[in-house]
Amino acid sequence: MEIEKFSYDNKIVKLFAYATILWGLVGMLAGLLIALQLVFPALNFGLPETTFGRQRPLHTNAIIFAFVGNGIFMGVYYSLQRLCKARMFSDLLGKIHFWGWQLIIVSAAITLCMGFTTGKEYAELEWPIDIAITLVWVVFGLNLFGTIIKRREKHLYVAIWFYIGTWVTVALLHIVNSFELPVSLFKSYSWYAGVQDALVQWWYGHNAVAFFLTTPYLGLMYYFVPKAANRPIYSYRLSIIHFWALIFIYIWAGPHHLLYTALPDWAQSLGIVFSLMLIFPSWGGMINGLLTLRGAWDRVREDVVLKFMVVAITAYGMATFEGPMLSLKNINAISHYTDWIIAHVHVGTLGWNGFLTFGILYYLIPKMFRTELYSKKLANWHFWIGTLGIIFYVIPMYFAGFTQAGMWKQFTVDGQLQYRFLETVTQIIPMYALRSFGGALYLIGAIFMTYNLIKTIRAGSFLDNEETQAAPLSKVYEKAKNEHWHRWIESRPIQMLVLSLVIVSIGGILEIIPTFLIKSNIPTIASVKPYTPLELQGRDIYIREGCYTCHSQMIRPFRSETARYGEYSKAGEFVYDHPFQWGSRRIGPDLARIGGKYPDAWHYNHMLDPTSISPGSIMPVYTWLLDDELDTASTPAKIKAMITLGVPYPKGYEKLANADLKIQEDSIAASLKRDDIQTPSNKEIIALIAYMQRLGKDIKGLPAIPAKVKK
Amino acid sequence: MKFVNYLTSIAGIEIYPLLSFIVFFLFFLVLTIWTLRVDKSHINRLKNLPFENKEGDNFPPIIK
Repeated sequence: MEIEKFSYDNKIVKLFAYATILWGLVGMLAGLLIALQLVFPALNFGLPETTFGRQRPLHTNAIIFAFVGNGIFMGVYYSLQRLCKARMFSDLLGKIHFWGWQLIIVSAAITLCMGFTTGKEYAELEWPIDIAITLVWVVFGLNLFGTIIKRREKHLYVAIWFYIGTWVTVALLHIVNSFELPVSLFKSYSWYAGVQDALVQWWYGHNAVAFFLTTPYLGLMYYFVPKAANRPIYSYRLSIIHFWALIFIYIWAGPHHLLYTALPDWAQSLGIVFSLMLIFPSWGGMINGLLTLRGAWDRVREDVVLKFMVVAITAYGMATFEGPMLSLKNINAISHYTDWIIAHVHVGTLGWNGFLTFGILYYLIPKMFRTELYSKKLANWHFWIGTLGIIFYVIPMYFAGFTQAGMWKQFTVDGQLQYRFLETVTQIIPMYALRSFGGALYLIGAIFMTYNLIKTIRAGSFLDNEETQAAPLSKVYEKAKNEHWHRWIESRPIQMLVLSLVIVSIGGILEIIPTFLIKSNIPTIASVKPYTPLELQGRDIYIREGCYTCHSQMIRPFRSETARYGEYSKAGEFVYDHPFQWGSRRIGPDLARIGGKYPDAWHYNHMLDPTSISPGSIMPVYTWLLDDELDTASTPAKIKAMITLGVPYPKGYEKLANADLKIQEDSIAASLKRDDIQTPSNKEIIALIAYMQRLGKDIKGLPAIPAKVKK
Repeated sequence: MKFVNYLTSIAGIEIYPLLSFIVFFLFFLVLTIWTLRVDKSHINRLKNLPFENKEGDNFPPIIK
């Protein structure tokens, strides 16, 4: 058979590797900043751009999409070419993909700092960036499938299945969750409202973890761990079952983020059952990765690449054991809204994603630069500092979680709540300080790596095009014994794509459609009315400042919560919430029924200086809301958009809205004046107060349980 | 708030979860049987795919 000569493109791998390192440092730095802000609120600097509510989405997006995202592309572009025995389909598409993705990251960083956000976690980027992401993802897909189609190896190695599954599912998730109605260039409203928005969001949010942070990295594990250990994967049979079981089960697990909320019970139960089942494929994958090193454990002592990989796989095992446990309702009742979840997430990101990325970087850079690593000693230091960093990060956060949950639920012998909310926060600040120390260690480790790799790069000589040769695919295929039908899938990428899509769609459809179609799932409450124009504007300020990063709006049906916050939240209360703002973490108290709890002047002073009202509060100051004028020019467009989305404002109300807005502004300004606060009525703070004073009030005065529910 | 109550509001809905369960159960059953029965040499060939480019073959050392 004729042998073809061709070359692998290492240049694109190098570019993605550099981007991974750069954005990793940026994302970790942002993480360290927000961690320190909880200890020293002065580090919010009193500026809107640097305040926690805007920096936290910057941190999560930078780590997920910039650091891990570039890490995925680095690993895929390297391994795919070698597994397919073919150069990437198109160098140009690779370049467009690379620069397009970096442009998205930069625009994301800028817009998030400016407060342009959809208010949905890990999907905060506004609609023009969402479209750009879709386009770049298509470019990546073309390059991926183009390469697979012109491959010289008939069989698709299991890593490639994970890449295909990732590509198709991320596309589906991104498109479905990003359905939004643009109001202006950088403002849109989620197409879904309330409970439905929450279900779609966490179907997305959980599967962003599954199909962005997990499946592509499992693909990388299946390639790079055997390569680094120089022995094949422990069980290829297990990897086949691992793949299909994982993608089938993962897609259902989203509702475990919404246990005890107003989400219908059946959806919660589905989420729990599938989350529990997830432990089997997850641990199958972990065992497969670890056992690959059987008989080579002595090398783990010497080889820093293997060290990073072993800790990464172990962290994956820990996080995927904890995940199903956290999905049990009784455990979730304690863990949800606390730092326990933050600890859980960071075992995954710092341990699994971070350490696997570091391992791959230490493996790839010396190889592509045809030299030895500059300093093995420094790499070992990185390993130990990084590991210590993880420990110093997660252990205090577990303690913070247990402590806060315990304090929230503590009653005195007289049946009163024992602690004010603020006490539960000040109690855990020392743990926040320790966590920041852990984060700083981890970042220092990453800086060591950067220095080490720069020195390696300087000493080496880069090979852009790696010459190689392979036989082309033969037209006639020789069948192996007992091969049967799975070969119909495993050597045909399009079948793989379609079957993966079918499998993940079924989970999504069966969970989401009933919540949309069946009226009785979201019982409407007659007294719940749309927001007034001023409240709507205030709500948009609430979203812009990222208040949801610290405050939930979802009271669970527990005595400890109803005693603290009031009547538990009902599904029907959120029907006009585009997007929903239930939140996922209570660094501050729940706000679902904050309306009417305090006078307007309280909110005014609290935004000006939270510590003047609550000494010891770690909430940032929001002085600019007191100075900036509300942009009322946007009101008609916003009302119109809401009407399009089905919010029952009267016909043509967009023309009258600003007049109503003015009346309400004046009444709030007058109420502030009675408390000796002189302010013009057109300031942003007025709108925010209007919104906060509305929260949770619609069903007040109605008989408690059962609420007046119209089926 | 039972699962069934909501699904019964869609005409004939009960068949869908049942069908999807059967389809996937069969899929995983056949998959498992296949992975257990498939020829070992075939599996060995697949698991060694990452090693078909021999280490060092494609990365010529720098000539100094």
